[in-house]
Formats: sequence, C-alpha cells, structure tokens
Amino acid sequence: MSGATLAGGTPQPRRGRRPSLARERRWALWVSYITLIFFAIGFLIPPYFEIVTSLKTSEQIGSGRNPWFVHHPYLGNFLYIIHNAQFQTFFLNSVKITLVVVVVTLLISVFAAYALARMRFFGSEGFATGVFLTYLVPESLLFIPLFKVLAALHLINNVWCLALIWPTLSVPFCTWIMIGYFGSIPRELDEAAMIDGASHMQMLWRIFIPVAMPGIIAATIFAFTVCWGDFLYPLAFAFTSTQMTLTAGIVSTLIHGDVLDWGKIMAANILASAPPILIYAFLMDYYIAGLTAGATKG
Amino acid sequence: MADGTTGAAASGVPARRAATRGGALHRMARRRSTIAVMMCLPLFALIAGLVVYPFFYSIYLSMLSREMDRFIGLFNYEYLLTSDTFHLVVFQSCLFAITAVFFKALIGFILAHVMHNISGRDQRVWRGLLLVPWVIPPALSTLGWWWMIAGSYSAVNWFLQLVGLHPVAWLAITGWARFWVIVVNVWFGTPFFMIMYLATLKSVPEQLYEAAAIDGATGLQKIRYISLPLLRNIISITVLFSLIVTFANFDIVEILTAGAPANSTQVFATYAFQVGIGSGNIPMGAAVSLFIFPILAIFAIFILRGVNRRAKEAI
Repeated sequence: MSGATLAGGTPQPRRGRRPSLARERRWALWVSYITLIFFAIGFLIPPYFEIVTSLKTSEQIGSGRNPWFVHHPYLGNFLYIIHNAQFQTFFLNSVKITLVVVVVTLLISVFAAYALARMRFFGSEGFATGVFLTYLVPESLLFIPLFKVLAALHLINNVWCLALIWPTLSVPFCTWIMIGYFGSIPRELDEAAMIDGASHMQMLWRIFIPVAMPGIIAATIFAFTVCWGDFLYPLAFAFTSTQMTLTAGIVSTLIHGDVLDWGKIMAANILASAPPILIYAFLMDYYIAGLTAGATKG
Repeated sequence: MADGTTGAAASGVPARRAATRGGALHRMARRRSTIAVMMCLPLFALIAGLVVYPFFYSIYLSMLSREMDRFIGLFNYEYLLTSDTFHLVVFQSCLFAITAVFFKALIGFILAHVMHNISGRDQRVWRGLLLVPWVIPPALSTLGWWWMIAGSYSAVNWFLQLVGLHPVAWLAITGWARFWVIVVNVWFGTPFFMIMYLATLKSVPEQLYEAAAIDGATGLQKIRYISLPLLRNIISITVLFSLIVTFANFDIVEILTAGAPANSTQVFATYAFQVGIGSGNIPMGAAVSLFIFPILAIFAIFILRGVNRRAKEAI
C-alpha cells in the first residue's frame, strides 16, 4: 500500500530526454519497497506472535483456533507477571547489576580510551590491539574457567558475581567506541586547554567528555544491552531463582517451574525485552552510530 | 608547572641549562606516561584477570582428570578427537556458522541496497522496523521462536494444516532442527549486517552510480563494479565479527534445541556447557570450548590480512 503511493508520488519525467533512466529508477523503487515489505513482515512475525500469545488465556491458547489472531485481548497474563514475586526478583536483579556494570564500564573505558587516544606510551598501540583481540576469547570459552575462579572466590550462585564478570563483555567494545570518538576530536582543542594550564583530568572532564557525548551515550546503550541480554553467564553461575537475572530466570524457572502457561511466559518475555526496545526507540541514532563506529574502527 | 621549573633553573645556572631542561622534559614525559598507564590500569587488570588468566587456566584445567586430582596431559583432547559426538559437534558448528553468516551477509547486503534506494524519512522508518530483531535479547526472542515452531499448539503447523499438510515435529528431525537453528540466527543477525553496509553505502559518492547509469550500466553491474569493491573491507570485517559471534553462539541453540535430536544441532558452546556444567566434567568441558580459539584465530588472520593488503593497495 504505502509502497504503491510512494512510488507513484515520485516525479516521473525527471530526465525528459532519457525516459529509460527515470523508468529504471521507478522500477528500482518498486522492487525496493516490495523487498522491504517482504522482509519487514518476516522480521516482525516472531515479536507479533509473542504479543498475540501474551494476550490470550490458556483456554484460548489451547482451543485449537487460529493462533495468529486474538479476538478478545486479555491482560491477565501481564498483571499476573507484574505481581509475580519471582519475576520481580529477576527484574530487580537485572536492573541493579546492569546499572552497576554500566557505570563501571564507562569509568574504565573512558579513562583507558583517553589515555590510548591521546597519550602515547610504551606499548600503547599493542595494548589497544590487544583489547580488540579479546573478542577471539568469547564468553563460551571463558565460562568454564570463570566458574572455577568464581567458586574459589565463593561467588557462585551469587548474582553479584555478574557485576564482576559482565564488564569483560562490555568494556572492550566501549573502549573502542570511545577511542574512535576521542581520536576524532581536533588536537588544537587540547593544545589550547593545555596552554591555559588544564590538567589531564580537567581536559577529560571539561573537553573530551562533553565533546564526545554521543559516543558516551552509544557506549552506555551498548553496555546496557549486552548485559541485559546476556544469557550464558547468569545460567552457568546461578542455581537458585533468587540469584538469577531476567534471561536465565525466565528460561529456566518460569518454564520448568510452576508456571507452564505460555501466555504468561510470553508476557514475561515482552516485559523483559521492553527496556532495550524502549531505549532503542528513543535513541536509535546513537545506537546505530555506536554500532557502526565500533566496527569501522577495527 | 613543568615549564616554570625549567625556566627558573635555566636563568639560575646557564651552564646546566641543557641538562636540566632535558631532565625536566624527561620527568614530564615520564609523568605523562605514568598518568596514562594509571588510566589504563583498570582495563588492563580486567583483561588480564578475567580474560587472559582464565584463558590459560582453562588450558591447564583441560589437562586434568575428571575429578581434577590428576594431571593427564592431552588425554581429554585425544578422547574428543576420537569421539563421534565431538565430530558431529565440529561439523555442526562449521555448518551452522558458515551457512548462517553467509545468509546474514547476503540478506544484509540486499536490504542495505534496497534501503539505500529510498529517501530520508521513509528510510528511517524502515530501518527502525528492520532493526527490531537485533534489539530484543536473543535468549528471549528464541523462546518466542520455540513456542511458534515447536510448542504444543505450533503456529507454524497451524499454517501447514490450513493448506492440508500434516504437522511436522520440526525440532525432532535432524534436518529441520538444523534448518530452524540457522533461520533464527539469520533472523537475529541480519540487521547488524544491514546497518553496517548501509552506513558504508552512504559514504559512497552518489556521482559514481549516476555516471555508471549514464554509461548504461544495469543495476547488477553497478553492484558488481561499484558497491562490491567499495564495500569489500566492511564485508570482511563484519563477516569476521559475525563468524566469531556465531561460532561461539550459545543462546539460540541452547533454547531452541539444547543440542537435540541426538546431538545433531550441538555446537561447541552448548556441548561445552552440557559436558562442563551439566554433567560436571569441567576439564572435558574446557577442552571442548578451547577448540573455538584456534578456529577463530585462523579466520581472524585470513580476513585481517586481506583487509590490510587492500588498505595498502588503496594508498
């Protein structure tokens, strides 16, 4: 629908002398919109289906009628999940650990990125590459030795162990984002500040952080999303439901535990996915800038 | 501050001027690098303590016996290399990662071009819609996929029955289970490729395409002779990045199939989890997961070498 109106709305005889070019362009636009509509539908089917399921009672789900539509939306699943003590614990755990990790990540990566972008020192280039190479040691390789390390620290089955571990997921990439942003600040700016007698701390606080604010926001979003969505570490290091975060909690407790009602599971799923989606909806440009900045830098 | 002391010393004793200035500069440089090192210290401690050390510790762990009381050398590796299950894991990991990354890159490439064709405000809306799979935590969205494919009232089977076909036990049949695991991964990862390629396409001067169009180039020729050469570097980097992430993927396989049926969808991460945490054989689990590293390192060397060579050619 929208594709048709938009394609029709383009100025047709843009190049009167060469109608073939204009025709080709219009044809390309048509193909573009059809492809986009096709993939957008495909991409949005699973979230749509989750929403439909979450709005049904278990009788409606089990009735064998069309699973793709909901005739009488029912909000009981959401109310149940919001008042469910287990879900509240998961949510609270996720919120508090993620917030701590975001703050820690920003502190570590902003300082390190400032040093690596502006103050060359012995081995700084090698170190910057080394930070990037940590991606060759993914979490699915580290969770087994970390399990032993945490056991030695008596942190197994303690949700706070994630505050120690999660920075390994977020810090390297955030440092790379920040090196990129700090590196793009013109040197005249810090020379001017240096002449005025600013210390490194003042320079970082008064110049670099304000100028690179979009980078900081992008890094914050990245750190938040990666921690909020992590599944392997909370699953491997926690056994009791009070020590779990949302992802591991929903998958391992709500399914295998007392709730075997998919309407409620999907409601929990949607509520747990809501924070990253909301952040994305409001800060899409920063989100994308952070994503693309990090990779093109490498 | 440093300038002040140098100035005072220089005016006082001219003979020692050079030496003092050298010393002060040296001191300043040293202080500057001391501050820099201090600023990097937390990052260094984090990587050394929670990435590098566990990595080497993992190598050590993998050479212990199951009870972790005896050193048994490379026995665990020997055992794995002769185990049929592990052969299956290696095969499936490669099949999964290579197929999924190929389709992610292909669909991402197509979508980026298609998106590049349409104008400003519209593009924002479409980009926003198509990025949704990437934003939902994969563990949670995979749970939704599971319910859609294999739940007791499978919505996919409902469609089959609508057109008169028999329902299929999707995740209990090897071929289909492998198919769905890849589909979910492609669904989740494609937006990342799309956004990367779109960002790069935007930096390509529009005149190149216009000139080609005037010369009578077809759409495919434009892609072949303009887009592909210019996007080659970003394609290599995104493919490398995605290979690393996909090879080490845990969430999707664990939730969708947990390796079933009969370990045919098991990948390194899920197998290591099952062996190491599930059945408590930590040394064997460590050995399984360590196989990820050399494979990733080989990918990284090849792709980064290509990128460097092309970067040099460009200069």
